[in-house]
Amino acid sequence: MTDLGLWAVPVAILGGAIRVSTPFLFVSLGEVLTERAGRINLGLEGTLVFGAMAGYAVAYESGSAWAGVLAAALAGVIFGLLHGLICSLPKVNDIAIGIALMLLGTGLAFFFGTPYVQPVAPRLPAIDLGFWSGIPQVQAALTVNVLFLAGIALALGMAWMLRATRVGLILRVVGDSTDAARAMGLRPNAIRIGATAAGGAFAGVAGAYLSLFYPGAWSQGVSSGQGLMAVALVIFARWNPLNCVWAALLFGGAGALGPALQSVGLSEGYYLYYAAPYVLTLGVLIATSSPNRATAGAPGELSITK
Amino acid sequence: MIIGQDALPATGALAVATLGMTMRFGGFTALDDVSISVPAGSFLALLGENGAGKSTLVKCMMGFYRASAGQMMVSGREVQVPDPRAAHALGLGMVYQHFTLVPSLTAAENLVISRRDTPAVIDWRRERAALAAFMDRMPFRVPLDRPVRALAAGEKQKLEILKQLYLGRRFLILDEPTSVLTPDEADEVLGHVRGLCAAGDITVLMITHKFREVTAFADAVSVLRRGRLVGQGRVSDLSHADMAAMMMGEARLPAPAARTGQPGASVLELAGARALDRSGLKEIAIDRLEVRAGEIVGIAGISGNGQMELMEMLTGQRPLRAGAMTVRGRPYHATRTEERQMNIRYLPEEPLKNACAPRMSVAENIGFRSFDTRGGGTRFWLAPGALRRQAEALVAGFKVKTASLDAPIAALSGGNVQRAVLARELTGSVDLLVISNPCFGLDFTAVSDIRARIMAARNAGAAVLLMSEDLDEVLELADRVLVMSEGRISYETPAAGADIATIGHHMGGHA
Repeated sequence: MTDLGLWAVPVAILGGAIRVSTPFLFVSLGEVLTERAGRINLGLEGTLVFGAMAGYAVAYESGSAWAGVLAAALAGVIFGLLHGLICSLPKVNDIAIGIALMLLGTGLAFFFGTPYVQPVAPRLPAIDLGFWSGIPQVQAALTVNVLFLAGIALALGMAWMLRATRVGLILRVVGDSTDAARAMGLRPNAIRIGATAAGGAFAGVAGAYLSLFYPGAWSQGVSSGQGLMAVALVIFARWNPLNCVWAALLFGGAGALGPALQSVGLSEGYYLYYAAPYVLTLGVLIATSSPNRATAGAPGELSITK
Repeated sequence: MIIGQDALPATGALAVATLGMTMRFGGFTALDDVSISVPAGSFLALLGENGAGKSTLVKCMMGFYRASAGQMMVSGREVQVPDPRAAHALGLGMVYQHFTLVPSLTAAENLVISRRDTPAVIDWRRERAALAAFMDRMPFRVPLDRPVRALAAGEKQKLEILKQLYLGRRFLILDEPTSVLTPDEADEVLGHVRGLCAAGDITVLMITHKFREVTAFADAVSVLRRGRLVGQGRVSDLSHADMAAMMMGEARLPAPAARTGQPGASVLELAGARALDRSGLKEIAIDRLEVRAGEIVGIAGISGNGQMELMEMLTGQRPLRAGAMTVRGRPYHATRTEERQMNIRYLPEEPLKNACAPRMSVAENIGFRSFDTRGGGTRFWLAPGALRRQAEALVAGFKVKTASLDAPIAALSGGNVQRAVLARELTGSVDLLVISNPCFGLDFTAVSDIRARIMAARNAGAAVLLMSEDLDEVLELADRVLVMSEGRISYETPAAGADIATIGHHMGGHA
């Protein structure tokens, strides 16, 4: 290993940003899709954990990591459909259902996942973008998983979809005004169920990334609340898929601060730095909030009292 | 669906008529044998009180309801309109009282997504060119690239009409299209609509309450009362009094309450009061506002110019950043104790939301001011018997129609909620009454009743601050008229001899 001195910290943060951000990115894109249609799905944490288990189990049984990703996405669709269908019933609150599904998802994952804690499943492939550098730390930081690139492509695709496709505009209409959607002859509930199902699939893929690439094993502690953080992330990404990329990178980088400082020998109080993403969340939310006005960019149909 | 072989004319205004249109809901006949005819290129006004059947008639025409009996004729041919899609396919369109645009989408996005044949992938360059070509043919235009949220009410209403034309509609039903516009905006929009009629592009049926607009823009008028067609004729042959007589029938409105007494000492004063508006970006700035005893000060203005925020400042819902409010020279912070000591009462707009607990009973809601008082002090144990007797007396005295005192207040109609809240607020001695849009959405009888109560409070010596988007209401009730525009009081005039045009200009912020 080359000694980089203090340069090790930014390099490690860069590497961390790329490695840690992917699940944030996928879950927050899924949540953007759901919320743009006017629903809140807080259950994505449960979907993520179940996706991690399902992806790991199928990858181990089939020997293909990609089959695992597919299985995780399918599991996510099922959880999304469940949430969407239940919330379409009258007088059902989507936040309460979200919390219920979060507990159900983690519970089911732990129940079915016990036999897969020991076995080793194949890992997702990574692309070595650091080949030009002779420094091992830089090489390590720039080992980029395919799913990270897929996530960025997905964000670009969603931004385009919301602007320039029929489906995208319909999604925004439904999320902004149920009455206007009905007047156009659209069926808001059907569209919301579809958006929630697709959002669930993204969260499932995020789970597969956790168990099949980084950290790269299935255990009950595989998620440290990424699914919940990503929902908060959507708010300060202002429901914009491209902002989700920056927000996810920022979170990933902040999450890598603690381990990076520890690696350069800063041993005192480094636990405090592990809290960086959470402090950052609080800070950003406080800085962008106001008691006197509604959050700019929020879809009009989002409500906690539906 | 068209019955018969010949196709309808492909372009230009449509002639539309109903023959013996009847609509029954169970045993109740909402619409009884109504036949109206709107010749191609004409502008018909449909007048009637709330509940007269105007909405039922147009909903039958647009296919929202299936009429119990009667036919629709388009261009002289009988047609079936089983649902709104069929109406749209025939070229019939409707502009609703409340905007149906999607607030966060731009005008261009709203137009394109409202089409039935929106392509799966939208080629914005081509759509933009098509929209520009469309706009060039129109007599008025709206900014296409701003979110609809950021458009003024007049622009939104224009966009609603443009949307109908963009969709190829050739017969338009306008449902009270000017209720949210300034007199200037209303004249501009209706003038353009009138021009499109004269050019033979569209035929218009407009539901309205405003005689002035009927006289200025319509060719003919039809009047409904209790589901029946009770009169029609050319606008040039009818006076406002004739139309009012047809609308009201035998019933006579109580005459506007007489104004007695002179304004006395100053009661409410605001000096240099500042607060943020609801977007948090702009400031509401009331440099000076005074209301004296025995005086009604009317604040006119288009909604969204700070009236709601001013009301919230006065009711303690919105903190002041600077300045002060005083009542009879004593500082006032809108606490419950101060309200009680200084005899201050409110009637906010949408009282069900702002002045009631919707699921609590009528009796409980009426008791909100007094449930915890005993003489001058407060009580710990409630006195349900006394509250009930008080509620009974007030319900009878203010003619609140309710099935029972224990019914949730949300079950009452708008006029009765208004009466119940007014009953509560006008009980006991009242020194200051602050009111916002007291008659919004109520029918003639309820309106004249509530206005009489307000006038009676003034005559009894209360200082009244009245905020209303209805200029006629302000002019009828107020002693002094202020105009609020962009968060400031921009104009003041005595109500006697006030010039509507000048007030209108200040409302629009053009002066």
